[in-house]
Amino acid sequence: MTESSSMLAVEVWRGAARGAFQTFRVPRRRHQTVLDVVTEIQREQDPTLSYRFACRVGMCGSCAMTVNGRPRWTCRTRVSEAARDDGTLRLEPLRNFTVVKDLAVEMTQFFDKWRDARGYFEPGANRGGDFAVVPPASAARQAADAAIECIGCGVCYAACDVVAWDRDYLGPAALNRAWTLVNDVRDAGNAARIAAVAGDSGCQCCHTHMSCTSFCPKAIAPTYSIAGLKRAVVRAALKGGRR
Amino acid sequence: MSAVLFVAQRVTAAILALAVAVHLATILYAVRGGLTAGEILARTHGNVAFATFYAVFVVAVAIHAPIGLRNIVREWTPWRGVALDAVLAVFAIVLLVLGLRAVMAVYA
Repeated sequence: MTESSSMLAVEVWRGAARGAFQTFRVPRRRHQTVLDVVTEIQREQDPTLSYRFACRVGMCGSCAMTVNGRPRWTCRTRVSEAARDDGTLRLEPLRNFTVVKDLAVEMTQFFDKWRDARGYFEPGANRGGDFAVVPPASAARQAADAAIECIGCGVCYAACDVVAWDRDYLGPAALNRAWTLVNDVRDAGNAARIAAVAGDSGCQCCHTHMSCTSFCPKAIAPTYSIAGLKRAVVRAALKGGRR
Repeated sequence: MSAVLFVAQRVTAAILALAVAVHLATILYAVRGGLTAGEILARTHGNVAFATFYAVFVVAVAIHAPIGLRNIVREWTPWRGVALDAVLAVFAIVLLVLGLRAVMAVYA
């Protein structure tokens, strides 16, 4: 079943910021994912290859890499859909991240920006109150639901040209998370959150290229979340709120 | 870009979209049969509507262009901070003064 009919030529980034591509020959197999290829290289050919994965089934988001120039979850990307016609694969670490080694990147700055965008729930002072009733069909809840499934894989951040230009830009994932909280009627931190996403590196920097939306493996549209934040920021500014 | 700059850039963009269209259409219409400087000045001297239109145009440009340049500089260079804002504020004032001076020259 898994007998190969041909060989893949897999160019893998080795090193950190400085490095070079190393080519491996890997048997091509039916239903093979890109993560299968990386794992086979590490286990059969070069145990020093560094990469990151956990669940292998598209739940954790830790195996994201650049596959033939596109940021993708390698566990959910079949070789048959990603390889070039000549059977080559080029694997690089995610763009816009600091490379730790080979295909593993440093995620600290990415998650620091979630914090900077105040992408965390603020319960307020009413902790002894009754449960909040949130109608699932309400407009705010539906807006939050549309963006809530993000698992923080970093694909959108790697796809974003504005992050590439301006390393201070909060990025699509952090802003998408902030948007879900802006639409959470229980949250008590929106004044500070709107101020946080309205700064010089905030939502207004987005050029609406929609790369984040195009590449998100969860089919979330951070571009629309960011557009919602832009409207919220303008409303707050016109009301004389914090800038 | 702060919220105030963001709103200012969008509002002036809306003004300029209309103003530039009127400006270009007027040029194309006015010169269709040839036009001299004297004929232009004869039409613009004392014309309040003309002066008001171009004064609004100039103010919108003086707000819009420096904000856009600030965004470009911040995206393409590491330059940030008060010095950048000060240089672009001076650029805005220069645009405003030169533009209004030009409007007055053909109005008064």
